Parts: sequence; structure tokens; C-alpha cells
Amino acid sequence: MVLTPEKQFKVWVKPLVFVAALIPVAFMTIGLLMDTLGANPIEAITRDTGEWALRFLLLTLTITPLRKITGQPAWIRLRRMLGLFVFFYACLHLTTYIWLDQFFDWAEIWDDIVKRPFITVGMLTFLMLMPLAATSTKSMMRRLKKRWVLLHKLVYFAAPAAVLHFWWMKDSKADISEPLIYTTILVFLLGYRVIAWMQKQEYSIGMKTSRTSQKLS
Amino acid sequence: MLIKIQSAADVQPSEITPESIYQKRRDFLRNSIGIGLSLAAAGAFSPLLAKPDLKLNQLVKSKYSTDEKQTDFKDITSYNNFYELGTSKKDPSRYAHELKTEPWSVTIAGECEKPGKLTLEDFIKPHALEERIYRLRCVEGWSMVIPWVGFSLADVLKRFQPTSKAKYVAFETLFDPKNLHGQRRRVLDWPYVEGLRMDEAMNPLAMLAVGLYGQVLPNQNGAPLRLVVPWKYGFKSIKSIVKISFSEKQPPATWNVSQPSEYGFYSNVNPAVPHPRWSQKRERRIGEFRKRKTLPFNGYGEQVASLYSGMDLKKYF
Repeated sequence: MVLTPEKQFKVWVKPLVFVAALIPVAFMTIGLLMDTLGANPIEAITRDTGEWALRFLLLTLTITPLRKITGQPAWIRLRRMLGLFVFFYACLHLTTYIWLDQFFDWAEIWDDIVKRPFITVGMLTFLMLMPLAATSTKSMMRRLKKRWVLLHKLVYFAAPAAVLHFWWMKDSKADISEPLIYTTILVFLLGYRVIAWMQKQEYSIGMKTSRTSQKLS
Repeated sequence: MLIKIQSAADVQPSEITPESIYQKRRDFLRNSIGIGLSLAAAGAFSPLLAKPDLKLNQLVKSKYSTDEKQTDFKDITSYNNFYELGTSKKDPSRYAHELKTEPWSVTIAGECEKPGKLTLEDFIKPHALEERIYRLRCVEGWSMVIPWVGFSLADVLKRFQPTSKAKYVAFETLFDPKNLHGQRRRVLDWPYVEGLRMDEAMNPLAMLAVGLYGQVLPNQNGAPLRLVVPWKYGFKSIKSIVKISFSEKQPPATWNVSQPSEYGFYSNVNPAVPHPRWSQKRERRIGEFRKRKTLPFNGYGEQVASLYSGMDLKKYF
């Protein structure tokens, strides 16, 4: 029996991607238990959870271009899961910060949020991810209808905010190679959408003008 | 006819240290620190060797040592900031071989009676090696307790007889982009430079280190000669020093030049002055789970606070 691409995604690709997405957290857990994360394991965990949240966020944004470029609609089946993994790693990242880094010192945490722009932006990013995760179910999708689509446009703000959080956490003049890589990927992903949108505009304008000219003739 | 044009980077024949001399220097270092040739050669960086050796009794114990628990040798030598060898914490130990420490000489210049260029051996020879167990607080918010081996900076500086014009002392790290891959990227303005006010440099706590845990400094920790200023953030303690000069004006300091709003010239450990991107109130002692409070001047206030009396340390951070 030959599986349709839709079925293939459901039976093979999705479970595989699910397991693969858990590999980073598995490595972190093993590293923590075996004490192989180096001299400063909490710093390593903070950095790794944050970077994986960012990577999954960018990965989520590649689904639409991938779907259009390959002409394979089945890709969309991965998007929600990847999006939820963004939230999963972001939760781990935030928990590490609040618990292992600040030890629930709420006054210090508030100080950080108010005084340090990179933490402000990081928190904002998390706040934006929350409603996206909360409304990720099918029933919420049905209930919110058009507003769901509008709400989920938030990802276009969350992604640049996440990259900015990474930039501002790093030295602005020292080694910026990593944030630069993520920025480049983000520019491509958002650029693709802008170009697609512009082409659509041109197309619809073209349609309109051709209609008007028809009327005129 | 062949004409060889000498470039500035070319090594003058006179600069090459004869093997006999640097062998002697190696022996000297080894004997002073009390580790046999075979041990040093058989992987001087193995944590096993960090165990105290009987011969270490030759080291003078310092009254400035802390009795706090010393950070693991492995952590001290695998978690480093030494951008010349790469920007991640693990890079310096991974690329330690890029740093060529033999031959090594130190140039003394500026406002002093006895400028010149000394081989490392001649530089170290007059000083008795002592062990000083100091706290080290990194500006990034972590700290260690390190048993350094070295000698007082003041004793060194006095030898070269600074003149009355010498208000500051400046230090410079080796510039060797051919070998040090980190220096091939403009992450910082190379070579790394640092400076101290003369009275800071003459404070008995300031030292030059040639070893740690009773053995020759591993390359990633700034071999063969580094500064240790325990009441200041770690980046002030410049590594792999090739030049020391006395000056009337405040010398540039690499991180201060790179980010003046984040790293001051003084950079005394101060929990009351936050770094723009994080608080400095607490620190994570490497090996500990919970953070501990950061002390003013890294707990060395008794010895150094008077250096800054009357100064607004929020302004001169």
C-alpha cells in the first residue's frame, strides 16, 4: 500500500520530528546528571534552552515557505507541534532563569525586567508566545475563526523580539557571530513573506486594472 | 642580487633566545615550582597532578591567602575567558597549544630608570615564589578560589625604578595572530592591554602569577606570566604579559575601549554598581548551586578601600 504524503506525515514524519525535538532536552538532562556540562552547568542550561527555543521558533517560520516552495501542503502538519516546542523550550528557559539563576528573588527579577532591556524583551517574547500556545488547539481555532489567524500573526513580532533578546544579551561589540546567523535566517524568512505579499498585491492590482480597462473598453 | 627586506614582524637574530638559556629558564621554573620534568611533560594539565607535591613546601605561604574551598583544578583550567584563544569558555583549553610561551621575554618601558627587555628567566629570578589563594570574581557574575603561584607586583616594579612621572603602569598581552586564532578576528582591539594606577599596582595584594595549584600556569590561564588583581573584575588581570610600561597618563584598557559604558578603567568589584546588562549583587561560585552575595572589593576592602577614599565609585566604576 502506498501512503499519500498526508498519511506519510501523520504516520512517520510527525512522530519522528516529535522525538527529534526532545533530543536537546534529553542531552541537557543527561549532561546535568552526569555533570558533563562544564564548570557552570546552570549557565549552560540557560543558554541551551534559550537557543533551542529560538531555533524552534525559526523552524516554525520555515513551514510556510517550505509548503509553498515544495508545493506539498502536508508540511503544515508539523507547524503546531514545532510551535509548541518553541513554548516548551521557552518555558524551560524562563524556569531556569527564575529558579536556578534568581532563586525566586522576585524583587531582583522585577529589577531585571525593568532595568535590563534584553530581559524586558525576553519577557515580552514569552508573553507573546503564551496566547499562541493557549490557542493552539483545534477547538480554539474553530472558535476564534478569523481572529485566530490575526492573533497568530503575533509570531511575526515574537520572532524578531527573540532575536533581539539574543543580540542584547550578547556584547554588542564583542563576538556577535551567533546573533548574526539567527538574524540572517530571520531576514530570509520574513523577507520571503514580504515578497510573497507584494507579488499578491501586484497580482490583485493587476486584476483590478485589467477589470477597469475591460469596463472602459 | 638578493636583497632581504626586513619587516617589522621578522624576528631579529638577536631576539632569538639560545636554547641553553631557555632550557635553563624551564629548569628554573620547574625547580622553583617543584615539579619534575617527567610530570610536567607527561601532561602538566592533568588534574591528577594538582595533588600537592612534597616539594611544594618550597613555596612561601602568603598571609593574604583565603582558607575558602579551592575551585577544582579542572574547572579553573577549562572555564576561561581568553579571547585570543577563542570566545567561548571552552575554547582557551581547547586551543591552548596555539600559545607559544618559549621563548618569552618581557619589555619594560616608559617612565623608569631601568627600561629594557628581559628574558622570562631574568624577569622571575630575583623573586621568591609564593602561593597565594585568592578569590577571583568575573564581571560576568561567577567566581572561583584559585591558589596562584607568583610574587608581589610591587617588588617587580620597584626593580625598574619608576620615576616621579610614573603615575600609571600599563600591561600588554602577546600579539601573535599567526598562532592565536582569536586575534585574527576583530572581536577586540588587539593586543589586549590593561592598566593600573601606580598606588593600586604597589598594593601588596597585586601579584604576577607564573603558576597555579603548584604547577606552571597552563596556557589557557595566561602562561607564562599574568597579572592577578583580586579586588577587581577578572578581565583586569591581564594574561600572557610581554610588556610593562610606566606612564604619566592613564593607559587604555581593552574592554574599557571596547565598551566604555559597561567596563570602567577601575572595574573594582562592586555589588552596588550593576553592569548595564545584569546585577552585580550576587555571584555564582563555580561548583556551588546557589548564588552568594558579592562583597565590595571582592572581600579585600580592608586592604584596598583606602586607595579610593573620596572617590565616587559609581562614577569611577
